[in-house]
Amino acid sequence: MAKVVFKVGDDVSTDAIYPGRYMATVLPTETPQYCFADHKEFNERLNKGEIEAGSVIVAGSNFGCGSSREQAASCLKGWGLVVVAKSIARIFLQNAVNLGLQTVICPEIEAEVGDELEIFPDKIVNKSTGKTFSVIPHAPARQAIIEAGGLIPYARKKLMQERGVAA
Amino acid sequence: MGATLAEKIFAKSVQRVSVKPGDVLEPNVGLAMSHENAALVINQFKEIFKDTGLELRVWDPSRIAIIFDHRVPAESAKTANNQKKIREFVAQQGITKFHEIRGDEGGICHQILPENGYVRPGMIVVGTDSHTTTHGALGAVAWGIGATEMAAVWALGRVLNVEVPPTIKIVIEGELPAMVAPKDIILYIIGKLTAQGGNFRVFEFHGSAVKNMSTSGRLVLSNMSVEAGATSGLFPPDEETLRYLREEAGVTDEIEMIAPDPDAEYEKTVTIDVSKLEPQVACPHTVDNVKPVSEVEGRKIDQIVIGSCTNGRLDDIAIAASILKGKKVARNTRMLVFPASGRIYRQALEAGYVKDLMDAGAVVMNSGCGCCLGVHQGALADGEVALSTTNRNFKGRMGNPNAEVYLCSPATAAVSALTGVITDPRKGAY
Ligand code: SF4
Repeated sequence: MAKVVFKVGDDVSTDAIYPGRYMATVLPTETPQYCFADHKEFNERLNKGEIEAGSVIVAGSNFGCGSSREQAASCLKGWGLVVVAKSIARIFLQNAVNLGLQTVICPEIEAEVGDELEIFPDKIVNKSTGKTFSVIPHAPARQAIIEAGGLIPYARKKLMQERGVAA
Repeated sequence: MGATLAEKIFAKSVQRVSVKPGDVLEPNVGLAMSHENAALVINQFKEIFKDTGLELRVWDPSRIAIIFDHRVPAESAKTANNQKKIREFVAQQGITKFHEIRGDEGGICHQILPENGYVRPGMIVVGTDSHTTTHGALGAVAWGIGATEMAAVWALGRVLNVEVPPTIKIVIEGELPAMVAPKDIILYIIGKLTAQGGNFRVFEFHGSAVKNMSTSGRLVLSNMSVEAGATSGLFPPDEETLRYLREEAGVTDEIEMIAPDPDAEYEKTVTIDVSKLEPQVACPHTVDNVKPVSEVEGRKIDQIVIGSCTNGRLDDIAIAASILKGKKVARNTRMLVFPASGRIYRQALEAGYVKDLMDAGAVVMNSGCGCCLGVHQGALADGEVALSTTNRNFKGRMGNPNAEVYLCSPATAAVSALTGVITDPRKGAY
């Protein structure tokens, strides 16, 4: 079971998830502190450790539009958050897959802060309202990276094969 | 069945006769571009090599471009340290397309690549910057990727698991009215298609307005294609592409022309007529919140910005200078100009534009991303409003979530600098 801890609307850009003024901070170990920095209350709760890993951010359509900054994915991943969105912008979705941030595309999702969700590969059940919503699975090209544990192990394996070293 | 331009280029990149939308490929990369976020790419690149026993080597140092532009000169010790780390890596790996913080060869990545002839028709170009779409103006499939994805490109020379996107054909017909610019066209298109209308799609631009458009204008349309969510925004290469590459980018070797098939299959076709187009303005806080200038005229502006990878080119600065020459920027309004590259800055100096702008009261800054992304210079105060020729107006984009950013063409920005309020550049009443 996963609790909805934050809800945002449509077209939430990577500038909102990870403001440009923190872009000099790049390492995945350091980016989480600035996650949703301009949404002060949520950011403070994260930094105080009040949000459990596995908690859900519910978003509208086109989540993560804008800049390609990977910090926007790594800062969410760092807190172990899960993104459930009606749709997700291309670069952010790819970054999330590459870094192992769990994203679920659920075009009809209805959920409020405080609701408890059960997330299955093909559907989400909102336990608080009793409603079920179908999930669009990730395309096979992205699923392969998710199953490998992210792009780094996926690329490492290819590199080793190509340069003739055993894994 | 024929292929779109992107499909042809993707097929070529994997030595296949044809590909179709949905095919998953590992396209070979012609050029891989990064800016200061190369600091993160280096980190992830080392992760890929970790415990493999392999020597840390990029696949081809001549195909990697690194340009310092986002925070130049460094605004903090942190940035300076990142830049230093990148310099060391560049030297160690022998990366040749490296553009330092220099007046003679520096600038914004999306201007440096075209003006140095690094991008050619038919290429696969990836960059760790969403506006890498810019290079579609020269007939390349060019798109933005994240730092980890780039690390894999540096290691392997290919982009992994790319799904060929369907193409939307955008036909732009008609002759642009005076004081209406390519920027107005693309703002209009984004307003019409919305910020997600092109998500997972490629745009291919056609039509009489495109034929007559300079490469500088095409770069604007390709640049902002990503604001409609598009993976890439392509112009089939033509005589103008050749002219630009030969005359402006100094390319002397062979240029391969590549064209979509006449019977290419598009997901859909969008046709617009620009002969009666009004200047357009994107209103806070989304780029697709686009209105004709007449609907927002009179809005008071605290800061005018002319520059960026969208509209910091010589023709943009020229039109601003022609409007401001012999006049003054309104009191209570600041005007900041940042040319897209050192080369453009010098051309603007030689043409007298910089003097005209400074005499009028504008501050002409060094070339680079400047205040576009709100980390460096030109931050806004609470409650302030900016009118800018940049490409994004998201909340907080210019360094302050309590401020507002409107986007427009250089002519609209320059005329509004004189009045201090959003003004229609066609009125000539300035
Ligand atoms: S000028 Fe602005 S949009 Fe262009 S590359 Fe720089 S930060 Fe990005």
